Amino acid sequence: MRHSVAHNLDIPMINTASSNKQSEQPQSQTSTPCIAVRDLNFYYGDTQALFDISLDIEAGLVTALIGPSGCGKSTFLRTINRMNDLIAGTRHEGEIVVSGHEIYGKKTDLVSLRKKVGMVFQRSNPFPKSIFENVAYGPKIHGTKNKSRLAEIVEKSLLRADLWHEVKDRLGDSALALSGGQQQRLCIARALAVDPEILLMDEPASALDPRSTAKIENLIAELRGDYTIVIVTHNMQQAGRVSDKTAFFCDGKLVEYGDTEAIFTKPQQQQTEDYIRGRFG
Amino acid sequence: MEQVQTISHAGISLAELKEKCIHAIFLFCGCVSIFTTIGIVLVLALEGAFFFQEVPLTEFLFGTEWTPLFFNKSFGILPLVCGTLLTSAVALCVALPLGLIIAIYLSEFASSRARSVLKPTMEVLAGIPTVVYGYFALLYVTPLLQKIFPELLGFNALSPGLVMGIMILPMVASLSEDAIYAVPGSLRQGAYALGAGKLQTIFGVILPAAFGGIAASFILAMSRAVGETMIVAIAAGQQPQLTLNVFEPVETMTAFIVQVSLGDTPHGTLAYRTIFAVGGALFVLTFLLNSLSLWIRGRYQERYTG
Repeated sequence: MRHSVAHNLDIPMINTASSNKQSEQPQSQTSTPCIAVRDLNFYYGDTQALFDISLDIEAGLVTALIGPSGCGKSTFLRTINRMNDLIAGTRHEGEIVVSGHEIYGKKTDLVSLRKKVGMVFQRSNPFPKSIFENVAYGPKIHGTKNKSRLAEIVEKSLLRADLWHEVKDRLGDSALALSGGQQQRLCIARALAVDPEILLMDEPASALDPRSTAKIENLIAELRGDYTIVIVTHNMQQAGRVSDKTAFFCDGKLVEYGDTEAIFTKPQQQQTEDYIRGRFG
Repeated sequence: MEQVQTISHAGISLAELKEKCIHAIFLFCGCVSIFTTIGIVLVLALEGAFFFQEVPLTEFLFGTEWTPLFFNKSFGILPLVCGTLLTSAVALCVALPLGLIIAIYLSEFASSRARSVLKPTMEVLAGIPTVVYGYFALLYVTPLLQKIFPELLGFNALSPGLVMGIMILPMVASLSEDAIYAVPGSLRQGAYALGAGKLQTIFGVILPAAFGGIAASFILAMSRAVGETMIVAIAAGQQPQLTLNVFEPVETMTAFIVQVSLGDTPHGTLAYRTIFAVGGALFVLTFLLNSLSLWIRGRYQERYTG
């Protein structure tokens, strides 16, 4: 799958040949896009929420989506694993290619898409089951039955989510007894347990206290590289701290997209600068 | 000066009086139900006490013969309890699976148009007088069943049990649907985001999360079935038998009370007092079931807020 995307990129590179070697170099360095979005329009009934979005999200990096409330950043995030399908009356135009697959194509299997693209929500939503069962739920529905294998996955996922040492002695306790920050890390562990390539995070720390937020941010830094992470955040500082790339959305349009440092230090668009400097939104 | 003071003083006291009156009226209305309950319990206890002066409690609870209206009297309530539980069990076999399926359908699958037709229809079902259900069981369901099971007697536990199941179906469906509806949407999203299918989400996440409310609705339905009177009085017969055979006639606790209340049993006799003993036993049974249902629901709510 990744080959096909790489292949597509190869074509212009071959065409431009040696004449443009200088600009070619950085392109091949900044790995292949993991998520390629082309001319995406999205509608809730008659209301258009996204306008002609095109961007490439690169594999292994953390990409932050920022923008004022109602700008469409969460809607955009939810098109990537087709969670918007759950809302009646939504439709889209354009295409989203995830690891070489057009995800709105007719052959797309939602189960394998969502296995590949995990999601963490704004408010932690552990199932009213034990800690163990929460993490094991994903692997179980995807067919893992072997108990020792499940235990292995649970331990690995909880370790990865930096929660193992806090809960290893009480895996059988209800997940609802955990603190808010722990619940959110449990939800991250639950998403990691199905071994996704991409992790979508919809304001994962906005309901947490500063200490729990710091833990989530550290966790994102640790997961960076192994997973492609797309995170929606309201918090400018957070976007600056955790992300490699930042996309600024406003009124359903992608205003600016680039390296986080560049966006925050010398934004190209006046709108972006105004938002980052706190002049609106 | 003084006059103004008196007037204002009188005004305040009038308003206060009004407040107190209203307060008292509301308190009285609230107390009516409490006093009624206390009164019923007292009557049951007093008349029951007279009864138990003549009949030992152990005979009442463990005796296997119930013939208080015959010359040769026995007062073992087990056949009545057995009849009650038998018809209720048949009813629950119908109402629980069907009610749960309807609840799942309504909350997870039905289009809003299907819902808008189905829900009111179900409520109509709940509004049919039980005496109509009783005649329906006796005159329509029993003959129909006899075509399938020729050995079925004219009065039996099966037919009123099935009809009673239909009667409590709306209650099970509606309460279970409330419980399923109360499961936060975020749990559904969480399951779908992991790649779960619809059935996996329903059976793996939603139903376990709604378990408390569903269980509470089941027990409330059982309590309703145990206390139901007209259907079993009309269609189950009046023969207290210690049997688990649904093809045979049985008598439930409620049906016995009807039999004695409507018959020519003289007041003050031992036979007459049996209905208070049976009523007391019925009261204890449904009270326990209702309390259990409340307890389960309370526990379940705790799980969510905690």
